[in-house]
Amino acid sequence: MQYALEISHLEKVYKGGFHALKGIDLKVEKGDFFALLGPNGAGKSTTIGIITSLVNKTKGEVKVFGHNIDQQLEQAKTFLGLVPQEFNFNQFESLLTILINQAGYYGVNRKLALERAEKQLKQLELWDKRNDSARMLSGGMKRRLMIARALMHNPQVLILDEPTAGVDIELRRSMWDFLRELNQQGITIILTTHYLEEAEMLCRNIAIIDNGVIVENTDMKSLLATLDIETVILDIKTDSAKAKLNGFVVRQIDDHTLEIDVKKCQSLNQMFSQLTEQGIEVVSMRNKSNRLEELFVRLVNKGSNASANVEAVGAN
Amino acid sequence: MQSAVNRIALQSILYKEVHRFMRIWVQTLVPPAITISLYFVIFGSLIGSRIGEMGGIDYMSFIVPGLIMMSVITNSYSNVASSFFSAKWQRNVEEMLVAPVPNWVIVAGYVGGGMIRGMLVGLSVTIVSLLFVDLQIHNIWVIIATVCLTSAVFALGGLINAIFANSFDDISIIPTFILTPLTYLGGVFYSISLLPEFWQGVSQINPIVYMVNAFRYGFLGISDVSLTVAFSVLITFIIVLYTIAMTLISKGIGLRS
Repeated sequence: MQYALEISHLEKVYKGGFHALKGIDLKVEKGDFFALLGPNGAGKSTTIGIITSLVNKTKGEVKVFGHNIDQQLEQAKTFLGLVPQEFNFNQFESLLTILINQAGYYGVNRKLALERAEKQLKQLELWDKRNDSARMLSGGMKRRLMIARALMHNPQVLILDEPTAGVDIELRRSMWDFLRELNQQGITIILTTHYLEEAEMLCRNIAIIDNGVIVENTDMKSLLATLDIETVILDIKTDSAKAKLNGFVVRQIDDHTLEIDVKKCQSLNQMFSQLTEQGIEVVSMRNKSNRLEELFVRLVNKGSNASANVEAVGAN
Repeated sequence: MQSAVNRIALQSILYKEVHRFMRIWVQTLVPPAITISLYFVIFGSLIGSRIGEMGGIDYMSFIVPGLIMMSVITNSYSNVASSFFSAKWQRNVEEMLVAPVPNWVIVAGYVGGGMIRGMLVGLSVTIVSLLFVDLQIHNIWVIIATVCLTSAVFALGGLINAIFANSFDDISIIPTFILTPLTYLGGVFYSISLLPEFWQGVSQINPIVYMVNAFRYGFLGISDVSLTVAFSVLITFIIVLYTIAMTLISKGIGLRS
């Protein structure tokens, strides 16, 4: 098995003593579409910062395609493309200049860089803006420019730190298609996002980080299979107070809305047949939250409770 | 292979740096020429005519090398200080930090950019000076060597300043409180041999004295200091400042968390 990324016992303590990473281990297979999720301040950006050498690690080891960043940093860097969370290009330069310069830092000559810039800008629908100053772009365009920039040296691993933050749904979906296409071409993608449906739709493997610790690291299907209860919301025509469902936990939200917990061992047919028997007509049904979101909240809460318990024990 | 990658990376940084100051040439190249013209008019024509000669040379001709050197110093320093700090502030320095660009290439690229601006401004000031004096050249190689080494020293100084700077105010403190006084006291407008013995001794610790005098020697063939000492001082400064800059960037001070 060839790994695009191997992280062992990675620790980071910032000046001031904040322990951002507490010895994380992570492996990302070549060609994977990998989600690194976690609440704000969990350590996702610190991890990405260390991989891309923007943050100095305190302890541990990072390898990119077998190249240890302590001994072979420059080789490791050639494999990586980074789309950071915040816009970090020169706002006063044109799109073409930004892309050609970035390619140059990887040793791509200007002629080839110009060809690649044209290809990337056309694919990301920015070609018409190629000579405009980057500050004139909309938020969504700036996000696409950052993706184009990260692809200029044909990286083997693309790391995207919340690439669709603040992007409208239409553009987000087109970016999903673009990322899927890149992954199909063999590029390993590591994604952090706060949109959990995005991770669920795109990623095959997932790690959840909380308080500097990996609380879950598995494939997406296995993780979703652990979800034992799903909550559905039903909009009904008749008075919701009349609904009685044996074996289901039912909460009345308002006169025409019910919230129902459906266990994994139960079927929706059982629920619907009971409702039909009672003459209750269902207008629409939706999940209360995304399945991954449910699991994420549980795992993160479990992690927080565990750390609180550890701190409480420590205090004693 | 790696050398070709480094060469292209260096060219990219140099291109970016030159493109940056050329894009705003009205702010970067024109003001020094105007300022130096005023020096020529006030210190050269108006006051200089009353001073007469200095070191056996017409006063206007005497101050020209120092004024050119003054513009080279301030521009090579401020170019790198403002450009590198802007890159830090806008975070586009990360474009280079994530790429396989060796630290020496980053230093060479920025310093090279500062040197080019310093020399272009020096050239424009030299052209302006031709309107006021009949410029003679005693030794072109000394002129070229001095201007290259001096601009490198101050470009490195500007880079170190930018690495430590946390705000735009921080990149104006050193030029205002250190560089300008040292330049004015560095023998631009007078020969240090005119000073009392004590102040001549004090002037020996001002590195700009060596740069101005070496440069003046290249034009006029006169100098208050030995050329060997002047070039030794310049080379020592370059080695020390380069080592400091490389250490700071390698450790990621001011750049990496």
